[in-house]
Amino acid sequence: MSTPSTPAPSPANGRRRWVPGERLVGRAPEPTHADGAPTIGVLALQGDVLEHLRALRRCGANAVEVRTTEQLAQVDGLVLPGGESTTIGKLLERFELMQPLRDRIGAGLPVFGTCAGMILLSDELDQDRTQPLIGGIAVRTRRNAYGRQVDSFDTHLEVAGIEGGPMDVSFIRAPRVQQVLDDRVEVLASIEDHPVVVRQGHLLAAAFHPEVTGDDRLHAAFVAAVERSRIPA
Amino acid sequence: MTDSTQATVHASSRVKRGLADMLKGGVIMDVVTAEQARIAEEAGAVAVMALERVPADIRRDGGVSRASDPDMIDGIIEAVSIPVMAKARIGHFVEAQVLQSLGVDYVDESEVLTPADEANHIDKWAFDVPFVCGATNLGEALRRLSEGAAMIRSKGEAGTGNVVEATRHMRSITGEIRRLATMDETELYAAAKELRASIELVREVADTGRLPVVLFTAGGIATPADAAMMMQLGADGVFVGSGIFKSGNPEQRARAIVEATTHFEDPAVIAKVSRGLGEAMVGINLDTLSEGEKYASRGW
Repeated sequence: MSTPSTPAPSPANGRRRWVPGERLVGRAPEPTHADGAPTIGVLALQGDVLEHLRALRRCGANAVEVRTTEQLAQVDGLVLPGGESTTIGKLLERFELMQPLRDRIGAGLPVFGTCAGMILLSDELDQDRTQPLIGGIAVRTRRNAYGRQVDSFDTHLEVAGIEGGPMDVSFIRAPRVQQVLDDRVEVLASIEDHPVVVRQGHLLAAAFHPEVTGDDRLHAAFVAAVERSRIPA
Repeated sequence: MTDSTQATVHASSRVKRGLADMLKGGVIMDVVTAEQARIAEEAGAVAVMALERVPADIRRDGGVSRASDPDMIDGIIEAVSIPVMAKARIGHFVEAQVLQSLGVDYVDESEVLTPADEANHIDKWAFDVPFVCGATNLGEALRRLSEGAAMIRSKGEAGTGNVVEATRHMRSITGEIRRLATMDETELYAAAKELRASIELVREVADTGRLPVVLFTAGGIATPADAAMMMQLGADGVFVGSGIFKSGNPEQRARAIVEATTHFEDPAVIAKVSRGLGEAMVGINLDTLSEGEKYASRGW
């Protein structure tokens, strides 16, 4: 995990005392990225975009919002945030981003999806509802697989390739993989035999929200993967 | 509440507030039937709010307004895959218990319904289902947070199609947050007293420059430009009540409001989606409402 260039924002309980004069300058600045850091977009049509931008910045990336094809063309990697997958999918089509995004994925763009992002990256859905999907990971995914909001939960989870012990994660109206459709899909974590973190080539998807817990290790791994994928200048 | 499997926790503040985080940048639409819920989902709503009558009809018909029929809520939950919210009366904790047992994803303790308790709001910590509450200013928002609300919305003036009160409430909340952010430690104690809120919450808002939960806007949003204006004023997302299904072309207006909320800083997109929407809801000028007819004054 890379070290942020400035400390993370104050803890949520707000107990931290301000250095004299600090409040007059406003909030603690976001960590700044180094020259040559990868530019990673967060699809900003709807969802918890801010949490992903902050996590990526803590991992040293130049994190930017992506709402247009022009913005999409400028990123080295893309995060599909948590949110409502039906809304994000429909907006991808209405704003004519779906095909450009599939084209870039076809050309090797690294993409990391969480929750709604995992649904959008799935080739198939388990339920018979029709909704626009980006596809790319050969899995059949079930939306709201754990039930309604009262069934949402926090847990700790071992993820293959993530060192330093189980990750601290939140599953919020979360999906899970019902069936892996191709042996190119690597399962990096499961709960009760259902995959919840999967990878296929340059596409990574998690059923939970690492971005709301402050456990940035998956983001750091993604930033490192984007760095490796960049064609040397 | 802890599950039998070790280290798995349900109903934490993190998952309650987290669901609201996932709704950011989205539009939540009032619906009174399963058919309207499907139209809302198809238009791109991030959630629907199930209620018996939209606020404009509550105003017109009068009478006591209560939580919805469980059959109607079941029908809406069955009809859509997006989260379903439902309204309970202020202070009516049994209506909230019923809504939780039906499996709604968020309860709105709402001033649009007739209050059931004139002194106390619901103790929202006692529930696994998260709550959203209305606020007209920062003090009210922080008091609702102390009671366990996991999401805040401006009250606005529901059922009027007039955005002026939502503007007032958004400006009041964000302006007071900016004011706190400039105060030194000593001044925060007086501010907490003035806001009738705990010093811990006041200090947290001062330190982070925002509420610790998502802030949506509600009450009187009728056009794509109304929604985008609220987003530019600092809202994280938008509730639309009567504005959609009391308009001439609900499907198209719902889509347009969703698209304007996504591209809230792009006037060209807002102009494009605003074309040919047909009749907006007629609307009410606020100075024609007596104090007793204003819902925003309900809640304490």
